[in-house]
Order: sequence, then structure tokens, then C-alpha cells
Amino acid sequence: MDQFTINLLFVGASFALYIGIAIWARAGSTSEFYAAGRGVHPVTNGMATAADWMSAASFISMAGLIAFTGYDNSSFLMGWTGGYVLLALLLAPYLRKFGKFTVSEFIGDRFYSPTARLVAVVCLIVASTTYVIGQMTGVGVAFGRFLEVSNTTGLLIGACVVFAYAVFGGMKGVTYTQVAQYVVLIMAYTIPAIFISLQLTGNPIPALGLFGDHVASGEPLLAKLDAIVTELGFNEYTTHHADTLNMVLFTLSLMIGTAGLPHVIMRFFTVPRVADARWSAGWALVFIALLYLTAPAVGAMARLNISDMMWPNGGIEGGAVTTQQIEEEKRYDWMATWQKTGLLDWEDKNGDGKIQYYNDKNADMQAMAAEKGWTGNELTKFNRDILVLANPEIANLPSWVIGLVAAGGLAAALSTAAGLLLAISSAVSHDLIKGSLNPNISEKGELLSARIAMAVAIAVATYLGLNPPGFAAQTVALAFGLAAASIFPALMMGIFSTKINNTGAVAGMLAGLGVTLVYIFLHKGWFFVPGTNSFTDADPLLGTIKSTSFGAIGAMINFAVAYIVTGMTKPTPQHIKDLVESVRVPKGAGEAQDH
Amino acid sequence: MADDSSNNAYWSANVRIILISLVIWALVSFGFGILLRPMLSGIAVGGTDLGFWFAQQGSILVFLALIFFYAWRMNKLDAEHGVSEE
Repeated sequence: MDQFTINLLFVGASFALYIGIAIWARAGSTSEFYAAGRGVHPVTNGMATAADWMSAASFISMAGLIAFTGYDNSSFLMGWTGGYVLLALLLAPYLRKFGKFTVSEFIGDRFYSPTARLVAVVCLIVASTTYVIGQMTGVGVAFGRFLEVSNTTGLLIGACVVFAYAVFGGMKGVTYTQVAQYVVLIMAYTIPAIFISLQLTGNPIPALGLFGDHVASGEPLLAKLDAIVTELGFNEYTTHHADTLNMVLFTLSLMIGTAGLPHVIMRFFTVPRVADARWSAGWALVFIALLYLTAPAVGAMARLNISDMMWPNGGIEGGAVTTQQIEEEKRYDWMATWQKTGLLDWEDKNGDGKIQYYNDKNADMQAMAAEKGWTGNELTKFNRDILVLANPEIANLPSWVIGLVAAGGLAAALSTAAGLLLAISSAVSHDLIKGSLNPNISEKGELLSARIAMAVAIAVATYLGLNPPGFAAQTVALAFGLAAASIFPALMMGIFSTKINNTGAVAGMLAGLGVTLVYIFLHKGWFFVPGTNSFTDADPLLGTIKSTSFGAIGAMINFAVAYIVTGMTKPTPQHIKDLVESVRVPKGAGEAQDH
Repeated sequence: MADDSSNNAYWSANVRIILISLVIWALVSFGFGILLRPMLSGIAVGGTDLGFWFAQQGSILVFLALIFFYAWRMNKLDAEHGVSEE
């Protein structure tokens, strides 16, 4: 059986499983559609949250970004896990106590203002749509590889699948489907990592192997990696090179954003009790940590394997890989497969029959290249987003592992895209239409508008996904910045301060979202249209602060504006202060109320 | 609310636990993982130093411990102040 058939089998079987579960648990009433009737156990909920959360960005993209940058991209690891601490301590239990279905309902009620609710809906839609763009980038890579078509065709096919999938079931379908997806994606991520860790370090646990010894050379793995990448003229892997201020702000943006994303917060409305909301966040992080503790090992080991592969005879001394080897040797087959997607490419520029991979921007390397007759780096294209999916092929693992990884990558992208589409559609139908435009809409009309909203969101995301503003994880990082600047501060002030009033909250959210959005558009192009940007992240507007890191500053602006405006306007009425007091204690949580 | 004073004691105890937890949260990530990494560079861990380990592994493990500690501590605090759900 060839690899394509095996991939098809694995992907087909996993899809049959998800769809089977979705049919079995098909959503009936609107209440079930949004919050699964609140009968979900904390461990189950944690697992579903983990699947929802770990998207194409975590699964497909993150390890690749770490692999090619090293220590400096640790921000992704700390940021996307540290946010759960904020979520568990500052938001989850109180929002569960409040007992409504959506984040914007809480903001609308706490700030006693339909305008606040509307502004929150807009913030949610902006952040979620940006997030879906990042997912579509990942979907394109995964489908492109698995169907052996170009990235663009993969993206269009993927979009149709995501849409069909999200429309099919509501959250209840999604909750149990997502448990299945979690199992598939975590196996797909860890099994190849275990194989590779055994090959390179003899340690079956990748997180320990990363700090273990490299079997072939007897040196510590990271020391070996540092030596190889510096020989090729790249930055040392384990050293801190990035700007420290930007790294701190970027990590903080990802953390705050995690605690401000609607599709994650919504999960904590679906547990039976306040105490369960606290445990749920912990269980979610347990399941997430299984992947996040493995990811840095995947990145480092893949980087080592790729460097070895391009210089198979022991570094530069032994000479580069020959084009003949790439064409004929089985262990180089992955290069031809990935070339088809247009995301990997090489070119024998100096015509010596070898492919030299090195950092041609490094002055010392340029001198060496001139001496040896090289005319630039010949591994011309290596899209970071292909690393995880190509990894088992690079390490020459059995074909069933490769099939499993294809299924896992699709599970990751699909589950998050579905969760986000659900958040967008509930924001539009429940908060926007039922909450303000047409309160008398029928249940049927509400479900219909939810589905139309999904279709529009996915069309926009697919269009922008064709020319994404960055690699999957980078685009997703922008979505986190937007959520950090708009939603998180409003929720936190709503719980931890009885003083912040309606005008303050609205002004804060608008200022946070507005400033952050403008900063992102200035660097990434207006509405992410390529070429309309005035600055780049290499040379940002404010000092060293990149657009992906601005969310933390946006959040501070949000807090400050809300505080100042509150001071100038009418104080919060007593019944709202009582509401805040009641949200702070778990007693009397009971069932959640629809309006 | 009838038991306002008890609620205030409950709430300030909660806020104190949150603050302590967040100090640890910031120390292991922004501290050991980034800003204080040069200070920890003398402690070798498998081919690199302790700061690198905190940035890529340690901080995540501490985050987990913090969330479970908070859930356990708060559920106990709920009972002590008679504000738990049942």
C-alpha cells in the first residue's frame, strides 16, 4: 500500500468516527446547541477544551517556529499555557457562577448596557475571525499534503469540510467529537516524537530526551544542535537573541489573550458547578501540557535531523547532500512530496550537483561560500508550517505513523475551527440578533442565522487565508493580541471591581481594540490585504514592539481608559454592585438561565 | 446581602491567594524563563542552563501545580466560609 492510501485510510477512519459521534449526539434545542445542557464532567470538559484550544497553530505550526528560532520562541510555550492560570484564577469560576451562555451576555449585564454587549460582540467577532484565518492557513497545509495538491487547492477543499463539519452539530456534538479529536491529535503528536526521541537520545520521553545525550555523538543533544546550527552560520539554538522587551510583551499578550478568547471561556459555562470550573481549567492544562511539553523536543530534534540530512557526511567538511541522493534515496522522498505543495523547494544555484543549506546572510558564511564556490543557500524554501507534518517522514518512520500525523493535523485544525465558528455564530445569532436587533426571533430563525454567520465567517477567513499575514501560529498570535486588548480587561474589571461603570467599560474596550487593530493593520496591511502596510515587524513603529506583541499594551490602554472614564461619569448603581458581590461567591450557582 | 462581613473576609482571602499565585506565575515565566535567565546561567541542565529549561518545560509544570493548588485551596475556603454550592 502506498503512503497516499494509508493517509487516506487514517484520515477517513478518524472522520467517520467524528461524524458518527456528531450524529449520535445531534443538537436539538438552542440551549443544547450552545452549552451542551451543562452535563459535562470536568475531565471530559478539560479534554474537549484542550482539543478546542490546540489548533493548527499548536499542532502544525508552533514546533516549526521553535525549531527555526530556538529559545527566542519559547514565548509560544509559556504564553499559551500561562494563560490558563489567569483563566482559572481570574475568570472561569465567576463566569460559571454568573450562569449565562456567552461572554458578551456577562459584559452586557455586568455593565448594564446593551451597547457594552454590542461592543463585546464586535470584539469577539474580530478576534475570532482573525483566529480562523490562522486555522485556514494550517488547514491548507494539512489538506495540501494529505491530498498531494497545491496549498491553495488544499485550503479550498479544507474550507468546505470545516463548514460542513461545524454546521452539522452544536456544542454537544462538538464536545464529544472533540474528546475523540483530542485522543487522535495527542497520539498523532506524541507517537512520532517518542520514536524520534528514541532514535536520537534513547529516551522514550521526548521532554526528557531534549535534555538528554545525543546517542550518535555522546554529547548533550542541545549542545550538539548548537554546534551544528552555528557551523551553518545560524544563531545558536539555546541562546537568547531576541529583544527582551518584545519577548516579555509577546508572552504576556499570548497569556492574556488565552484568557480572553470566547471559544475557550465558553467551555467553562458547560460544567455543572463552580468548583468544577476551577478543576476544569486544570484538567484542560494537563491535556494541553502533554503536547506543549513535547513540542520543544519535536522542534529541536527536527532541526537536528534536517541539518544532518542536508549535510549527511558530518557537517560542512564532509560535503552537502547531492541532488542525486535527493532524487534516488528513499529517506529523501519527503522532499519531493512536499515540493508538490509549493511549501518546500531547493535549487542547485551553482550547478555543482549538491544542495548547500546554510545562512547566506551571515558575513563569515559569505566569505566561506566565496571560497568554496557556493552562490547562496540552496534550500530555497522551507515553510515553517510543514515541519510537524513532515517530521515523521524526515525521521523515516513507518508509514502508519505518517498517516496518523495527517489525521492528527486535520483534527487539530478542524476542532478549533469548529469551536471558533460556533463562538462567532452564537455571537451573531444570540447576542447580536436575539439580544438587540430582533428579540422576538423564533428558535428556528436563531439557528438559521447562526448557520449563515458561520458561512460568512468561513468565506472571509478562506479568502484571507489564501494570503495569510504570517505562518499559522503568527496569525493566531494576532488574534490573541486582539482578545487580550478587548475582552480580558472588561471581564476582569467586571469581576474584580464594583466601580467600573458602563461608559468606562465601553470606552475601555473600544480604545483597547481600536488601538491594537490599527497597530496590527499598520504592520500587516489594512484588513490584512498584503502591501497596504506602512511598517514591518522587522522595523516596527514603536521601538522594538512587534504587532504580535501589542496586545499587552492594548490591554493596559483598555484598563487605563476604563478607569479614567469611570471617574468622570455616573457611578455604578447598587443593584449592579450586588450582582458583582453575588458572582464572587459560589453559593447558589444552580442551573444557567437563558433570558 | 445578609452575610456581607463573611463575604468580605472570604473575598479578601481569595484575592490574597490569587496574588500569591500570580507572583509565582510571573516569577517562573517572565522571571526564570526570560529576565532572570542570565542569573541562572551557572546551573547547567542537559547541554544548556536552568533558564532554558524553565522557558520550555518548568514554567508549564509550575502553571499546572498552581491551578490545581488554587482549585483545592478555594474549594476548602468555600467550605470554611459556608459559601460552597451545596
